[in-house]
Amino acid sequence: MSEYLLLLLSTALVNNVVLVKFLGLCSFMGVSKKMDGALGMGMATTFVLTLTTAGTWMLEHWLLMPLGIEYLRILAFIMTIAAVVQFTEMVIRKSSPALYQVLGIYLPLITTNCAVLGIALLNVQEKNSFMHSLLYGFGSAVGFTLVMLLFTGLRIRLSLAQVPPAFSGAPIGFVVAGLLSLAFMGFAGLASH
Amino acid sequence: MKLFNLRGGVHPEGHKALSALHVIRELPLPKHLYLSLQQHIGAPAAPVVQVGDRVLKGQVIATAQGNVSAAIHAPTSGTITALGDWVSPHPSGLTAPTMTLASDGKEQWIETPTVADPFALAPADIAARVGAAGIVGLGGATFPAALKLNLSRNSGVQTLIMNGGECEPYLTCDNLIMRERAAQVIEGIRLIALAVEAKTVLVGIEDNKPDAIAAMQQAAKGTSVKVVSMPSMYPMGSEKQIIQVLTGNEIPAGGRPADIGVLVHNVATAYAVQQAIRFGRPLISRIITVSGGALNQPCNVEALIGTPVQELIDFAGGYRLPATRLVLGGPMMGQQFTNTQVPVLKGTSGVLALTASEVGQAEASPCIRCATCVRACPVGLLPLEMAAHIRVSDLTGAVELGLRDCIACGSCSYVCPAHIPLVHYFNYAKGDLAAQERSKLKQESTKKLAEARTERIARIERARAEAAAKRKAAREAKERAAAAAKAATEEA
Amino acid sequence: MILPAIISLTVLGVVFGLLLGLAARYFKVEGNPLVAEIEQLLPGAQCGQCGFPGCTGAAQALAEGNAPITLCPPGGRAVVLALSAKLGIEADLAGVKDVTPMMAEVKEEICIGCTRCFKVCPTDAIMGAAQQIHSVFREACTACGKCEAVCPTESIKLQPIPTTLQSWHWHKPQEVTA
Repeated sequence: MSEYLLLLLSTALVNNVVLVKFLGLCSFMGVSKKMDGALGMGMATTFVLTLTTAGTWMLEHWLLMPLGIEYLRILAFIMTIAAVVQFTEMVIRKSSPALYQVLGIYLPLITTNCAVLGIALLNVQEKNSFMHSLLYGFGSAVGFTLVMLLFTGLRIRLSLAQVPPAFSGAPIGFVVAGLLSLAFMGFAGLASH
Repeated sequence: MKLFNLRGGVHPEGHKALSALHVIRELPLPKHLYLSLQQHIGAPAAPVVQVGDRVLKGQVIATAQGNVSAAIHAPTSGTITALGDWVSPHPSGLTAPTMTLASDGKEQWIETPTVADPFALAPADIAARVGAAGIVGLGGATFPAALKLNLSRNSGVQTLIMNGGECEPYLTCDNLIMRERAAQVIEGIRLIALAVEAKTVLVGIEDNKPDAIAAMQQAAKGTSVKVVSMPSMYPMGSEKQIIQVLTGNEIPAGGRPADIGVLVHNVATAYAVQQAIRFGRPLISRIITVSGGALNQPCNVEALIGTPVQELIDFAGGYRLPATRLVLGGPMMGQQFTNTQVPVLKGTSGVLALTASEVGQAEASPCIRCATCVRACPVGLLPLEMAAHIRVSDLTGAVELGLRDCIACGSCSYVCPAHIPLVHYFNYAKGDLAAQERSKLKQESTKKLAEARTERIARIERARAEAAAKRKAAREAKERAAAAAKAATEEA
Repeated sequence: MILPAIISLTVLGVVFGLLLGLAARYFKVEGNPLVAEIEQLLPGAQCGQCGFPGCTGAAQALAEGNAPITLCPPGGRAVVLALSAKLGIEADLAGVKDVTPMMAEVKEEICIGCTRCFKVCPTDAIMGAAQQIHSVFREACTACGKCEAVCPTESIKLQPIPTTLQSWHWHKPQEVTA
């Protein structure tokens, strides 16, 4: 049990998908202007990521490996991800039109969110078991949501600040993201003991 | 009596000695008086006299419109010479509908209803007489006094607090009225207490006015009125703050003093009430502090409402030094003006001509988040945060931080080391929110009108179609009848 | 070697396609519920100043993202802010020039009482009858300009509403630059 907890913690904080592995920066910068949007994006990504890690694990172990066609891995994974994202899009559109509008283009773009494919591929690379894969995916997604919310909070404060014109907008956003990343590096200290 | 602590506040230099050392002087009768129809909060008064009419002193020349409004009386006898726009003492410098009264110098009073024993009057009667006299809150808010009395009586006010705080620097008019006319003020206070059936009556006076405290205590002897000395601090004279100091209770956000059973009136209002009830004299004059380092002889004068400010400045000996800023009211919350032809209103407590060194204007620089303003805010708000939200046009964010509870006292602007015009931000935001509110209301009414029109057009269409159908049916019936008749004749 | 690859990917595609097809049927959304919500926010004067046929058309375009949220002149900033909150689009208030509030006004000397203007007024803001001089209710006029367009004598014109003591408010303080 403690092993699973550790895995969850280390994927969410120590090996944070956005700030340590630098995956999924597109939606990280794109949907971090408003809290609702960031939370919605985090939830949607969590949903997609958890489902796809499960789906891709099954695909890898029950289809690609037995048939010896591992070279089709990226193709097959992207297909799975696209299908899950499509499904998520339909669900959100039905349940919350406003959130659908808020997420806008970033919702279909979860397909190309490198965090999703990245986690799936990392799972294969590290030869994780099914349970481990699932937790790896879920933990990363929780980490993604966490930094989305943190960063959105920072950007809301940032919108009040009198930023010098040369830095205003995206530049100061990247500077802040870099600082946040530095802060997350500190979690690496948790692992050494 | 135990006093309660107040949060925040500032201690600006008083400058009160400039005008407090002299007695109240009477202003000579001006040739022309300019009576704005909007001298109170609420709907403007409606004129009831015509150009060319001769009016007597104390005659009603404009009546109250609607619930929140106040009547206006002729301050002297004379002739109405104009009814049009005149500069108004308003920060916008816009004109306002104003009546011009040329005085005839006779000071001929209209017959006034005097009351031998005002304390035998019924509470509602007192309020009615106060309303008829056109009395508004003289502390500066200019809320119609009669309405306030009625509302307070209906909501069961227990405590009446008379505000003698006068915390604004320079202003000494309340000090002088308490010093020189304490007996009348106390009688007015007792009448107000009678009108709202208050159980406790407190008069709060800042301890920088020992003479006024002594005079009031002397006059209040043997009555239920209790005179309390309060520490001098700005904004002690604000309604919410004086309640907090004297009762320890805080008005809930968005609430009114009546919500916690308190009514606050200014001492100058009490004097006006006494004059109205005892002598039937409407509110046609008030005591005004004319002060500031730029004037030769700062003083307090009793001036008729509608007197042009220039007359007051002349009366105070004119300028000693160039005045960089002219202010109506106190320096903290008063309004700047430039045209000295603006008339005195019922709510004008002071006319200040300040020199450059007194104004101490400086360029604003960026906020360094030192939070001095947070310590100074008497309401416990975060002025720096609110201003930051307003700066990026996030008014909703500012409202969430409590913008609506801001009393615009100016303490934050006063202490800001970066000279950021914080109150200006808040005034802008409040005005903009009010404008948004208005446009929303307009939009709703537009929607209703558009719907009504669509419905009406549909109804007319329907009626037209029905009429056409009826006509068609009638025509067909006629044709059928004709055909039948024809057939019958043919058969025959 | 190539056959299993082709077959497996085809099967995978067909399976996902079937699943998504089923899901699409199950999660079908009738129309766009957002349109009705947006229409609630618009003034509803059907004045057509946005270039769409009435407020429903505008709401549709907004929901599909084919129109900027600053499209409604009579709604002004209040509507822009409401739409921005609803749609999560950053309100570019700089784009909304705070148009000076206008209202239609009739020049009585040249009005011939043709009643054309009050027939087109979407809010019944014009009062009058045939051969009578018309006049405009300030409270009801949305300054849509329809009357101006149909007036044969150019006697009805949009005029800025003068600022009064009631409508005046402080302007925004000048920005302090770092």
